[in-house]
Amino acid sequence: MKKLAIPVFAVLAAILIAVAIYLVFFVTPLEASRNEAGRLNGSSLFFSQKIFYFHVPYAIWQFLAVGVAGVCSLAFLVTRKAKWDDIASASTDVAVGFGAVVLITGSIWGKAAWGVWWNWEPRLTMSLLLWLVLVGYTLVRKFAGPSADRVAAGMAIFGTVAVPFIYKMVGQDSHPASGKDGVVFTLGEGMRGAFLCAFIGFLCWYIALVLSRLASTRAERELRELRERGLDLGVLQ
Amino acid sequence: MAILRHVALVAWKDLRIELRSREIVYTMAFFGALLVVIYAFAFPVDPRAARASVPGMLWVAIAFTGTIGLGRAFDRERENDTMRALLLSPVPRLSVFLGKALSTTLLVLAVSAIVAPLLALFLDMPLFAHPGPLILVIGLGSVGISVIGSVFAATLLKVRSRDVLLPVILYPLLVPLFVAGTKTTAALLAEVPNFDAAWFWIEFLGIYDAAFLVLSIWLFESLVIE
Amino acid sequence: MAALDQVQIRKVAKRYGSERALAGVTLDLAAKSMCALLGHNGAGKTTLLGVVSTLVRPTGGSVAYRAAGGEVTGNEVRREIGMLAHTSLCYGELTARENLALTAGLYDLAASASAIDAMLDRVGLDRKARDRAARTYSRGMVQRLALARALLTRPSLLLLDEPFTGLDRDGALALGQQLGELRDAGAIVVVVTHDLEAIAGRADHVAILRRGQLVFEERGTYTYDQLKDVYHRHAN
Repeated sequence: MKKLAIPVFAVLAAILIAVAIYLVFFVTPLEASRNEAGRLNGSSLFFSQKIFYFHVPYAIWQFLAVGVAGVCSLAFLVTRKAKWDDIASASTDVAVGFGAVVLITGSIWGKAAWGVWWNWEPRLTMSLLLWLVLVGYTLVRKFAGPSADRVAAGMAIFGTVAVPFIYKMVGQDSHPASGKDGVVFTLGEGMRGAFLCAFIGFLCWYIALVLSRLASTRAERELRELRERGLDLGVLQ
Repeated sequence: MAILRHVALVAWKDLRIELRSREIVYTMAFFGALLVVIYAFAFPVDPRAARASVPGMLWVAIAFTGTIGLGRAFDRERENDTMRALLLSPVPRLSVFLGKALSTTLLVLAVSAIVAPLLALFLDMPLFAHPGPLILVIGLGSVGISVIGSVFAATLLKVRSRDVLLPVILYPLLVPLFVAGTKTTAALLAEVPNFDAAWFWIEFLGIYDAAFLVLSIWLFESLVIE
Repeated sequence: MAALDQVQIRKVAKRYGSERALAGVTLDLAAKSMCALLGHNGAGKTTLLGVVSTLVRPTGGSVAYRAAGGEVTGNEVRREIGMLAHTSLCYGELTARENLALTAGLYDLAASASAIDAMLDRVGLDRKARDRAARTYSRGMVQRLALARALLTRPSLLLLDEPFTGLDRDGALALGQQLGELRDAGAIVVVVTHDLEAIAGRADHVAILRRGQLVFEERGTYTYDQLKDVYHRHAN
């Protein structure tokens, strides 16, 4: 049963994302009302608005990945069971990847909407900061030696607690509205389907990635334990 | 109360050592002064522009001197493995943490007390026009740096690549602290001081310190014991 | 203060990330005994000592500390532990007297100046050096101070990690004798060492670790040759 999980989620992700791409480029309307500050973005608006379908799901699932990493790191510190550390580590790795996509797609969108690739706008800055924390976590994991799991877990938990403060600190921004009155919940008919498709597709993608990282870590561990057993018995050198 | 006694014992031990050699205070103060001189060369001299940069300068100086001083203070515990002696004693690990955090806070405060006036003097800024809130925010900033810094400095004591990893871990976590400090200082330094903004950020920093103090108290032992 | 008379190590395992340091070690330590914990580098001796001293949390198994009145747990266990390592565990910037006063404070002991001096006499630390910073001491003096610090709290569980390193023959013999006396007075003594000569004839319990596992354990007194033989047979 468990063995099927990865292929199932991967295939599901592939299908949903493929459908989403189709919907995004061939079905969703070009929203003329997204013209900002009287600027006629013309053909670049076509592209920049579409990127929303990729940017937002990735951003939301990045937050999920970070939350999962925080909770699992806490579980690891308290129980010292390796499996929690495995999940935290896998989730953070995926969060780093998703975070990079968020920053790049956000940057492209920004170029189209505001004319610059980067402008230190609060939301962007916060995303960059969060991403740097995640990259820091990865560096710690790589370079801290045998105690890396413990130190990284600490960083993940402290980082998660820092997030609300980082959020509060950025304040008002020129970012498109989010939350209950925000863009996602006021999506029109034609756009909602595509968004939902991408949203769930990328969730499946996140799950597939984390599960396959976990499988790889577990396989490594099993191999190591077998090797130890062999050395103990004197069968191996 | 036993906790207070133990915390005082650990903190006083650190202070006594520092008072005897004054190594950290002297070197950090010198470094801070050097930073001020560099600022004078690197940033525009015209008062209006300088005024805008001063809050940032102050907190960058506190950031660097604070984290280096913190690292050095914990390095002392590495020299003869004395951290092991502290953790081996029947004193609760919580008290060891609070004691170290307390002595580090005083250290960072001492260095800030030298750097801030230097900055005010050399850049001719009325930094101390409203001393109350300024001292409060520097105090809260020192506490934040010391609390989070002590947790990770202690955790990393025996870890490989410790020197490089401490800043990597600490700086991202301390960003809200530095932003709050800078914004408060800017609000106080403005032509027309914005007390509302200043108190907002002071409150923000207070909550930040409280949250991380609680988290540190809870997790210190788990993180430091291998 | 409840003097420990038994330490029960049950299936203790420790993993550091992907490294296995200890694999299910079970060992009993008793009062009035000196256990020599032997093995090659990396065999897990220091890790086991770390677990017994509560400085290392095991990933599996447990350690139980028993005294006459029942089991001892939590911070109180550490009250009974004394440690001597190859680092001094003392602050270089403080004097011998200050270091011992600090230790007394940490262990909630009311140690008067005369009690501290008496301990320093016992380990043979020169009077003139007692008010100098410890970093000015010679290696021999540092070791005396470290021993004084370990013994000041009258531990019933004495853990030693390579205590003979850097000592000359006479120094090692003297330390060995002191440990024997402490054992005879009722302490549980555990010595991790490579110096078989220093421990020969003193230890009454030998445990050998190899790759994190306990491969040999026996109670009895060993001569140097017997120790060498047993070590070569099992530690590899």
